Amino acid sequence: MSTKPAVETRPAERWLRRAAAVPYLWLLIFFLAPFLIILKISVAEPVIAQPPFTALLAWGERGFEGIRATFENYAFLFQDGYYGIIYLSSLKMAAIGTVLCLLLGYPMAYYIARQPPRRRNILLLAVILPFWISFLLRVYAWIGLLNNRGVINEVLIWLGVIDQPIQLLYNDFAVYLGIVYSYLPFMILPLYANLERHDRNLLDAAADLGARRNRAFLDVTLPLSMPGIIGGCLLVFIPAVGEFTIPALLGGADTLMIGRVLWDEFFVSRDWPVASAVSVVLLLLLIAPILWFQRIQAREQVLAR
Amino acid sequence: MNRRPVWLITVVAFGYALLYVPIVSVVIYSFNDSRLVTLWGGFSLRWYASLLSNRELMESALLSLRIAVVSATFATAFGAIVALALQRLSRLRGRVLLSGMIAAPLVMPEIITGLSLLFLFISMADLVGWPASRGATTITIAHITFSMAFVVVVVRARLVAMDESLEEAAMDLGGRPVPVFFDITVPMLMPALISGWLLAFTLSLDDLVISSFVSGPGATTLPMYIFAKVRLGVTPDINAITTIIIVLVAVAVATAALVSSRRGQTG
Amino acid sequence: MVQIRDLSKQFGAVTAVDRVSLDIHKGELFAILGSSGCGKTTLLRMLAGFERPTTGQILIDGVDMTDVPPYERPVNLMFQSYALFPHMTVEQNVAYGLKKEGAAPARIRERVSEMLALVKLEALAARKPDKLSGGEKQRVALARALVKRPKLLLLDEPLAALDRKLREHTQFELANLQYQLGTTFVVVTHDQDEAMTLASRIAVMAEGRIAQVGTPGEVYEYPASRYVASFVGNINLIEGEVTAAVDGRLSLRSDALGADLAVATDERLAPGSPVSVAVRPEKITISRQAPDGNDRNVLKGTVWDLAYFGDQSLYRVRLQGGAVLQVSAQNLRRSAKLTVEWDDEVFLSWDVASTVLLQS
Repeated sequence: MSTKPAVETRPAERWLRRAAAVPYLWLLIFFLAPFLIILKISVAEPVIAQPPFTALLAWGERGFEGIRATFENYAFLFQDGYYGIIYLSSLKMAAIGTVLCLLLGYPMAYYIARQPPRRRNILLLAVILPFWISFLLRVYAWIGLLNNRGVINEVLIWLGVIDQPIQLLYNDFAVYLGIVYSYLPFMILPLYANLERHDRNLLDAAADLGARRNRAFLDVTLPLSMPGIIGGCLLVFIPAVGEFTIPALLGGADTLMIGRVLWDEFFVSRDWPVASAVSVVLLLLLIAPILWFQRIQAREQVLAR
Repeated sequence: MNRRPVWLITVVAFGYALLYVPIVSVVIYSFNDSRLVTLWGGFSLRWYASLLSNRELMESALLSLRIAVVSATFATAFGAIVALALQRLSRLRGRVLLSGMIAAPLVMPEIITGLSLLFLFISMADLVGWPASRGATTITIAHITFSMAFVVVVVRARLVAMDESLEEAAMDLGGRPVPVFFDITVPMLMPALISGWLLAFTLSLDDLVISSFVSGPGATTLPMYIFAKVRLGVTPDINAITTIIIVLVAVAVATAALVSSRRGQTG
Repeated sequence: MVQIRDLSKQFGAVTAVDRVSLDIHKGELFAILGSSGCGKTTLLRMLAGFERPTTGQILIDGVDMTDVPPYERPVNLMFQSYALFPHMTVEQNVAYGLKKEGAAPARIRERVSEMLALVKLEALAARKPDKLSGGEKQRVALARALVKRPKLLLLDEPLAALDRKLREHTQFELANLQYQLGTTFVVVTHDQDEAMTLASRIAVMAEGRIAQVGTPGEVYEYPASRYVASFVGNINLIEGEVTAAVDGRLSLRSDALGADLAVATDERLAPGSPVSVAVRPEKITISRQAPDGNDRNVLKGTVWDLAYFGDQSLYRVRLQGGAVLQVSAQNLRRSAKLTVEWDDEVFLSWDVASTVLLQS
């Protein structure tokens, strides 16, 4: 029958509906409207004024004069290919970081899911614990470890593996490390949630039908964990594309990530219309993954029932 | 499936090492008398002492705490309402839009959120005169907006697992809808509400990018302060602060784990 | 006391309950029996107030309760999952309903301990539900639902979650409790044993409609339709054609059986019209010799299969026409040898009065 209480508890429902209007409105104003504004500013011209861009609707002496919009900013973005390269680089770095995160996170999630309940909880807690410690500070912690006179280099020299300190910091490698490190919990949790639901009997059935262990994994476990894989990857990839803190602290001058560029564009060159255009293009690049993510979220909600 | 392959255990051990090595190293070096990371100058608490005399740092920490408490509370209230509305109301106008707006912040790059909110505040100031200046209030508003989404996830997970016949039973026994909500639903949701609050609190306390965009003169949050300092490299007193936070978090998590295992919530 | 008038419930295109009318008398233990999906749970929920009927009325003691919300009805429900409040103790659970009524604390404590004594749970008053066994949880749910002395107590599959031993024990306890308190009980179940042993009257439900209402005896021995006949207990269904209808006796010919049968009934059906009859396996006598006695239907057949249960044996006998009849017989004689074996030629006979004429 119906899974929701079908009581027409009119007073309760009405009360909830009215209460829900508040966050609804809040989100409309503080989440949705800002996007529209960014869109608007991205088609304005930079001006030396406060605010440093032209208004969308022009009012002259004889009233409404029309819409002042320009696609100059977008043209500028695609002009010399500089931004194009940065977008591609960001997508690339996020993608590689996501894959690395998956390669490390999947075995971990798999292992944890197969432990007896008590151990499982402790192991999960150990994965989540770093998350509660400041993200910024954890990224910062790597600076001390990775720099030329940092712990890792010192240990490697001491072990005799290398003679000179190797450049581990302020380059792409450090950023990848930072992404994997910071987003690992976000990869493990959806994977774990999915793997934990798997029926143990399926693997036994596969074995009974003659599949060797690796085959059983590829044929049974992997396909079933696909929603978890996709969910985890999207949860890492999408924010990683626009990531700022990691490239800012661990990246080098030639580490091209759009998040950093956006920051510089805004705070340093004060070109708000271009910054807006950069955001809009970034958002457009991410729309497909974001919608995909939302569909997965919705589906997981249904499955969890 | 009883013997775990060696490579699996190795990978898992590596993963945990990766997660904890930086944390452990920071803790160790916070007690290092020497400024340099590589030189061990002896055990010392000087960096902790310097924290106390650092006015800027203390003020920014307090500001961050105030903002975190306020934004976490509002985010939890709003998030709980949205989760209930999405889960319990069979017909909801604008459900699709609401679901979208509540899922997007989970993945939206902070840069975009920060920038767009700043522009909103400026346009609003232009149009209606508020907010006149940006600072703690605008930061709080921004934090509430994105934390809400996380609270919804946590609360919804709990709602889905909740036995709805409990509320029906309460009504059958004579409880009207509003008292039943407070007698049954809220207590059953309490674990989720608490973890949601803690999650929102942490997210707010930790936020760098969004705060940087929507803040104003005189309002420097702790992450903003730390970032400015660490851009230049390792600074030992930051190690001290990190250790303090680590200890606080570890204690909090351990307490939570103890409390929940003793409670043994069911249903 | 409870009058259900023409009650229907539709969920979109699906009709879960279809024009049900029932009268439930005060103080009786009434059972609604049906397989899953027949609408019995929806009917129960409408009685409790959790579903609004699409059409129809529910009257309790003459008062129209159709639109009354569950918290205002003199009806309480014992949920199949018990639905005990996990964050409250047993005592607090049982006291909840009285608290909502606004009763005085002293009065509440009195009534609660009274109730707990009745279900023998006084010792567990301070425990939380997660520390209780299944049987104990059920007693708490029962106490909680009865403490308000409702006019009507609804029970949703009360014995379903219990193991066999506990089930038998609880059956007696429930019946006793009901007798002691005199409250009207309505039990919804898919288990016919439960319904037959507990209830004073049963309503058999199928596809949203009531197939038959009657005492267990009436439903078992006088099923109104094929559905009821085959749903409750085992039955042999026989199709045939009327050959004569004379003096309270209907004769029919069944080709499947290859024989003529007689039914004791006042129904006068025209010769040649199709007719369905049935006879319960335990009403048929099986023997190697031809039986004597008049007013019996007698058939010859071969034992096709048999199952020995110790206390009884179940036979399947193939008759001349090809049909197979089920016969169950108590093993009255103490003997390790089977009196009737496979492929034996046997006589089946039963009282003409034991043949049931099926209406539909």
